[in-house]
Parts: sequence; C-alpha cells; structure tokens
Amino acid sequence: MSDVVELFPDREQLVLNMGPHHPATHGVLRFVLHTDGEIMSRAVPDIGYLHRGLEKLAEGQTYAGYLPFTDRINYLEAMFCNQVYAMAVERLLAVSLPPRAEYLRMIACELNRLANHQISLGCIAMDLGAFTPFVYLVRERETINDLMEALCGNRLTHHYLRIGGVAFDVDDAWLGRLAGFLDHFEPVIDEFDSLITYNEILIQRMANVAVICGEDAVAFGLVGPNLRASGVDWDLRRDLPYSAYGEVEFDVPVGQGQIGTVGDCLERFIVRVAEMRQSCRILRQCLAKLPAGDIQAKVPRLIKPPKGEVYAAVEGARGELGVYLISDGSNKPYRLKWRTGSFAGLSIIEHISRGLMIADLVAVIATLDVIAPETDR
Amino acid sequence: MNLDEIGARLSKELGASVTRQEDVGDPSLCVPSTHWKQACLLCRDLEALDFRFLRSLCGVDRPEAGSLELVAHLWSYRLRHALVLRTRAPRDAAELPSLSSVWPAANWHEREAAELLGFRFLDHPDPRHLILPEGWEGHPLRKDYRQGKTALGIPTVRPGYEPEGAAS
Repeated sequence: MSDVVELFPDREQLVLNMGPHHPATHGVLRFVLHTDGEIMSRAVPDIGYLHRGLEKLAEGQTYAGYLPFTDRINYLEAMFCNQVYAMAVERLLAVSLPPRAEYLRMIACELNRLANHQISLGCIAMDLGAFTPFVYLVRERETINDLMEALCGNRLTHHYLRIGGVAFDVDDAWLGRLAGFLDHFEPVIDEFDSLITYNEILIQRMANVAVICGEDAVAFGLVGPNLRASGVDWDLRRDLPYSAYGEVEFDVPVGQGQIGTVGDCLERFIVRVAEMRQSCRILRQCLAKLPAGDIQAKVPRLIKPPKGEVYAAVEGARGELGVYLISDGSNKPYRLKWRTGSFAGLSIIEHISRGLMIADLVAVIATLDVIAPETDR
Repeated sequence: MNLDEIGARLSKELGASVTRQEDVGDPSLCVPSTHWKQACLLCRDLEALDFRFLRSLCGVDRPEAGSLELVAHLWSYRLRHALVLRTRAPRDAAELPSLSSVWPAANWHEREAAELLGFRFLDHPDPRHLILPEGWEGHPLRKDYRQGKTALGIPTVRPGYEPEGAAS
C-alpha cells in the first residue's frame, strides 16, 4: 500500500473488481483495481481461471497425440501453436521438411496471423466504443475461416500441421480462392485505415496512453507487435529465419511515434495494421513460389526422440511463442513449457497501470492483445 | 561468444564451477544454486554477455536425482546470442533467490514455478499463487503428484467413474 499512500495522500482507496466476466477482459480474467474515483493507483491481474494444465497433460500424451492439444493453447493462434510444437519435436528428431510443406506452413500461419489481427484490431476498436470496424473485420475473417475449413476441415482449432509436415495438400482451386481473397482484402486494409485508424476519437483515446519504453518492454519480456511498438526492431521471421521465411521479402513495422509516443497504445494498434499488409505481401510471394513435391517428411510411426532438450520459437501473432521440450528418450515428453506473448503482456500491466484511468485500462488490455487461455494454459 | 567461452567467463567471475550439459538439442550451463542470482546478474550486466531478455524460466522435476531444476532461457538482442542456464536445488528444500530484481519478467514465471513445482523463492516481491487457487494442496507438475478425490472441497471425479492413475 505504500505506493497508494504516495500517489493519493490522505485519500481513501476504493478496491474494485473488474472481471472475471467482463466484456473488455477478452476471456475469463480478473483485475483488482485500486482506485480513487476514475484514477487507478494500480491494477493487479488475477489469472488462472482458464488453467487447463496443458503442460501436465503433455507428460501423459505421445508426441503426436499432444499435437491437437496445442490448438487449445490459444484459439486465435492455433497454427502457430501447432508449428512451434512440431518444430521442437522435429529438431529433436533432426527431421528436415520438404520445401512444399514449409511453404504450406507459412501460408497457413500468415493466414492465421491475418485472422488474429482482424479480431484483435476489431476488439480494440470495439472496447473503445466503435462497434462498426469489428463487424467489418469479422466479415473478412469469415472468408479466412472458410479457407481454413477448405484446407483442413476446421475453422478454429485447425490441427493442420503434423510432425514432419502438414496434413493436407492444396489444389489450384484453393490457391485461386486465396489469391482472390488477397485481391479483395488489401483494399479493405485501406478502408479500415480511413474508417478507424486515423479517427480523431480513437487517437484521443490511445495516443500517449500507457507508454512502455523499449527498455521496460525488453525487461518484462514483451514480444512481437507490443515489443516493436516500443521501438525495438526485432522479428524472429527476419532475424532468426525458420521455415522458409528467409526466402520471402517483407518489412518489419516498428513504432515511429508519428502521432503519439513510441510505445503507446496507438503505436501498438498501428503496428498491427501494418503487419497485416506485410502478411498479405508474404502470402502473395508464397503463392508465386510454392514449390511442388511432398508435404510430409519421413517420420517414424512411433516417435521416440533421443534424450535431450530443445527450445523452439516462432513469431506468432503475439510475438515469440516458445516451447521448451525435454525428452527422456521415451515416447512421451518429459517436460514441456509454453512461453507465450500474453503471459508477458499481462505481467507488465501492474507496472504501467499507475495513474491510468479505468477506461484507459481497457485500451491497455486490448492493445497488448492479451488472450486469457494463452496466459493460463 | 560460444557456450564454452561463456562458461569459462562465468566460472572465473563467480569463482565456482560451471558445468556444461549436453544431450541432443540445446546445450546448457549448470551453475551451483548458491551462485544462481549472481550468475544471472553477470549474464545481464557483463558487456560481453548482455542478456537483457529472459525468454522463459522453467522448473523441471527430477525425482530420480532428488532435485528440482530451474532452467532460464536467455537472449541478447544486441549481441544476438542465446544461453540456457540452469541450476539444481534439493527437492525437499528448493530454496532459491528470486530473480525478479534481475529481470522483472521472472516475477510471474517464478510464481508459477513455486506453485506448480514447489520452489521457494526468497525475497520474491509477490509470493502469492498465480494460476492455482490459494490453498491448493501439492505441486501438480511434480512427477509423483496424484490428484485427490476432492480439491478445495469440490469432487474431482464423477460418481462411479474411476479414471486411470487417479488412485489415492
């Protein structure tokens, strides 16, 4: 309570509950707010409502059997969760993938990134009171869901990737549909920009709010768009290329602070919009370069990696998504740990919440793109 | 710097033995638990190491060795190198200094490791449970953990249904 006394001398604090069921907390997540009127002295996140023990469950599953569980880590990022787990096992097995499988993984993941950013940007706008952009973006996401359904039969928890490759090949008709979607969607991003990104009310609500400096972002382990919005130029796809990202060209959007400050809520919003354009660019190159060939490497039917440990990471929609996997030589993982972007994003909120308005907290949660199931696992 | 050079440098600065551990996959350095925080501070502050980013901090139960392991994955954005640093503590008295003052990101990872594996972190700024409810018995990520028939007064099994391995 010492900081409370300092900020509000001789004033009584009101302790408020926000959540666990609150439309702005993006899942079942609770905040304990210490407030004086509208101003908070701190907001303490309380998580664990969606803890499903996915790390413990891994210890009882075979390596291939755990793959469908990874979809449930984060329902908006299923492809990335599939990919990082598959990559960890492949590195233990020393399997390398046929090029077509790598490209199909890239296509699936970038589509997933688009779908995730659409929901995330729509939710930010909705949480700040603008409902229309959400509806526009959900309409676009519906097309992606249809593409995913045609690709692997599932709309949300895709389970498209397999250890050593992908489950299904694509045909020309599907690739044509994807190209058609990109032709349609790229102008929609411009439309979205003119609709909401540079909207005066949105700028007033987000610019200069909850500024996270680059140093803090690194110290608290922020990753992905949240880190780049704070001015740290880092993207695993470009800097430590995995899959076939070394063969495609794209830019990494970094917060510039043109309207507000580097590291504020608005930057986190703008970086995500810019990432959608880059994802479209990557998808177009994948379509042009997609090689022919196998979609699955030779992997033993009974997967028994040698004794060892590996840390695999991919640039998910929320940044570095990591898996630390220890094998003891049996057919089940000995220990598996998920390192997720939401976990880091949520842990910084108590640090930055001091002096914010309650309404600003909504913008902070939304722009950090926190997803409760990913935090709790 | 490669792993052996980092190991030699840490060993010299700490005045303690730093061992290299390697199976398939990522090699790691193991430091004595008495020098854990000091080693982490060096990793962060030495100009030649500059590990500012704690990617992950993970506890591992090793019942056959009677110890709990804590594994830190570090990354330096400036020098673009990685390090896996680990330490071991006895399973029944796993006390380690908290790294929250070294990397604020460690705060939540340690809270998680404390409740799920039974570490005790000294000088931790906020040693409450993170994921499990207060009052939860046992440490679920230990290998010998068995869920009871009730948890916090709520039955965990359906009547007439006995899941595999849920005995005791």
